[in-house]
Amino acid sequence: MNLFAIFGEALRALRQNRMRTALTMLGMIIGVAAVVLMLSIGEGARTKINETIAAMGSNLFIVVPGATSSGGFSFGSGSVRTLTISDAYAIAELPSINATAPVVSGTVQLNYAAKNWSTIVTGTTANYFEIGNWKMEAGAAFTESDLRSAARVVVLGSVTAKNLFGDEDPVGKTLRITNRPFQVAGVLMAKGQSLTGRDQDDTVVIPITTSERQVTGSQFPGSIRYMLVQGKSATEMDIAEIEITQLLRQRHRIAKGKENDFTVRNLTAIADVATDAAKVMSIVLGAIASVSLLVGGIGIMNIMLVSVTERTREIGIRMAIGANQRAILVQFLLEAMMICILGGLIGLLIGIGGAWLVSQAADMLIVITLGMVGLAFLFASAVGIFFGFYPAKKAASLNPVDALRYE
Amino acid sequence: MTAPEITRTSNPLIQINNLCKNYSLQDANGKTITNQVLFDVNLTINPGEFVTIMGHSGSGKSTLMNILGCLDIPTSGSYWLAGKNVATLSSNELARIRNQHIGFVFQGFNLLKRMTALDNVATPLLYAGINRTLSRKRALELLRQTGLENFALHQPNQLSGGQQQRVAISRALINNPPLILADEPTGNLDSQTSNEIMLLFQKLNRDQGITIVLVTHEDDIAAYAKRLIRLKDGRVIVDKNNTN
Ligand SMILES: Nc1ncnc2c1ncn2[C@@H]1O[C@H](COP(=O)(O)OP(=O)(O)OP(=O)(O)O)[C@@H](O)[C@H]1O
Ligand SMILES: [Mg+2]
Repeated sequence: MNLFAIFGEALRALRQNRMRTALTMLGMIIGVAAVVLMLSIGEGARTKINETIAAMGSNLFIVVPGATSSGGFSFGSGSVRTLTISDAYAIAELPSINATAPVVSGTVQLNYAAKNWSTIVTGTTANYFEIGNWKMEAGAAFTESDLRSAARVVVLGSVTAKNLFGDEDPVGKTLRITNRPFQVAGVLMAKGQSLTGRDQDDTVVIPITTSERQVTGSQFPGSIRYMLVQGKSATEMDIAEIEITQLLRQRHRIAKGKENDFTVRNLTAIADVATDAAKVMSIVLGAIASVSLLVGGIGIMNIMLVSVTERTREIGIRMAIGANQRAILVQFLLEAMMICILGGLIGLLIGIGGAWLVSQAADMLIVITLGMVGLAFLFASAVGIFFGFYPAKKAASLNPVDALRYE
Repeated sequence: MTAPEITRTSNPLIQINNLCKNYSLQDANGKTITNQVLFDVNLTINPGEFVTIMGHSGSGKSTLMNILGCLDIPTSGSYWLAGKNVATLSSNELARIRNQHIGFVFQGFNLLKRMTALDNVATPLLYAGINRTLSRKRALELLRQTGLENFALHQPNQLSGGQQQRVAISRALINNPPLILADEPTGNLDSQTSNEIMLLFQKLNRDQGITIVLVTHEDDIAAYAKRLIRLKDGRVIVDKNNTN
């Protein structure tokens, strides 16, 4: 038996039924294209979330005023003012804590030349940039001495910089925040959206001292909107959380049995949840797409079964002139596999093209990995073998005389 | 491969003993009814013989030929082909025998559709593991022998009945088989074409010593053979030398 010759026979059979071959292949094409598209969308979402998390800074807590269980609490409501700058400094001294950055904030009006822009001002300490994993696009962050002297310096988020300055280099320029002149010290590198979907790049950052006295003001001096707390190590986040809680309860003189007047949130844990959600989404998308691949496979089996019945006489003739069962089996299996592999290849190209289109149209991050391509391809071949085998086996096990007599 | 080597000197070539063949059918009530078609057939055919089998329609000629051609298996009795008991052979060995040692010619030609005459003739060689170029060369030679070299690239539906049958005979001959089984090879042909085909068989038998077993309904076709076997209702009733 000559495998090459049988390959030729299989190819000939497929060519003799172009229309049927093409339609069967269509099932495979759609299936593989769907799998590739779905996987790449899922993988894109995962990559996006991972990037956001990586940009977020590691081992982070966010501590906000107000109790978790008080129901009405919402982040940044400003109604509760139980957390202070000195709380932040005290927490920084804890053994499990690396650093803290207290934050006050408010919405402010910015002016530069003729342009207006309204955004959120973040008043904080100099180590905010390091804790929050902010990198500088241009210029520098403000310093400890700026903080001590309550200097009027500002660091711009990339979106804010773009909106106020356009193509101009903002560093060293003076803009007005609520009508007070501030000198631009630097511009932050873009981070994109946060996990909650907020644009993190539309902001200005100034020293907390300056903010308190001149910009956001405060009915309760020293109180803050929230603080970022960075733990020393990823493995001691639980201990760190307990230490923060104990210290704050002590400082706020909260009696035993009374609930906290603050909330400690582990951002890493939130990030993990987001990562898991993205993973689940990838799997669900892949599973949905696999169904169409399965349907394509069943289509192939269906066609091959029809083909076996229709070509029973041909099979009988081939057996009568010396084809053994294996030769028949291999021919039909090759037919099914050729449909799958060729369909898989076309589907792959369409899937990649579709992913590109989606990324352009919906401005979504799409990631196509070699593993994904391999998986789709492997899956297509497996479908070919799996759904091609039964009809092929059926053809091969025909009795020559019965096959010849078949009308 | 343990397929038997059938040589032209082995003696006898075909030996069947008490061969019976039943078909089971389901009747309207789903009950199985057995229909016996061949009854205790005994037959010995030696290498180089030219035998015709005659008999009424339904007498079991095709059934017997299919068993001789290793396309079907007997219900009981034994079939020895060149000294080998066919019942002991695997399906692969049977395929090899059909490929190498038996050339089967059907009444309905049984050519592969949408394939040229050349490729039809060459196909058995592909199953013998011979490459396409060589197969085609040999196929063309045979088509020349049967006078069809100008029709090599025609597909079956572009050929006349006589031409199709000659293609089928070429295909049967391509592996140089020592035995040719022909089930009503002239059944669909006019008498002129039938005679041409029979002369071809006669030539193959006389010049190349190929053993031929041929089924026919017509006396003048049977006259080409050296021996006549007549079946009636699944039994051999006549087995004699042709004396003309
Ligand atoms: N597959 C089958 N199932 C059941 N019965 C069958 C089958 N094949 C043949 N028969 C029966 O066996 C008997 C002999 O059939 P066979 O084809 O051998 O006859 P034949 O001598 O070749 O006839 P003809 O000259 O018409 O070709 C017939 O009665 C037929 O009905
Ligand atoms: Mg018959």
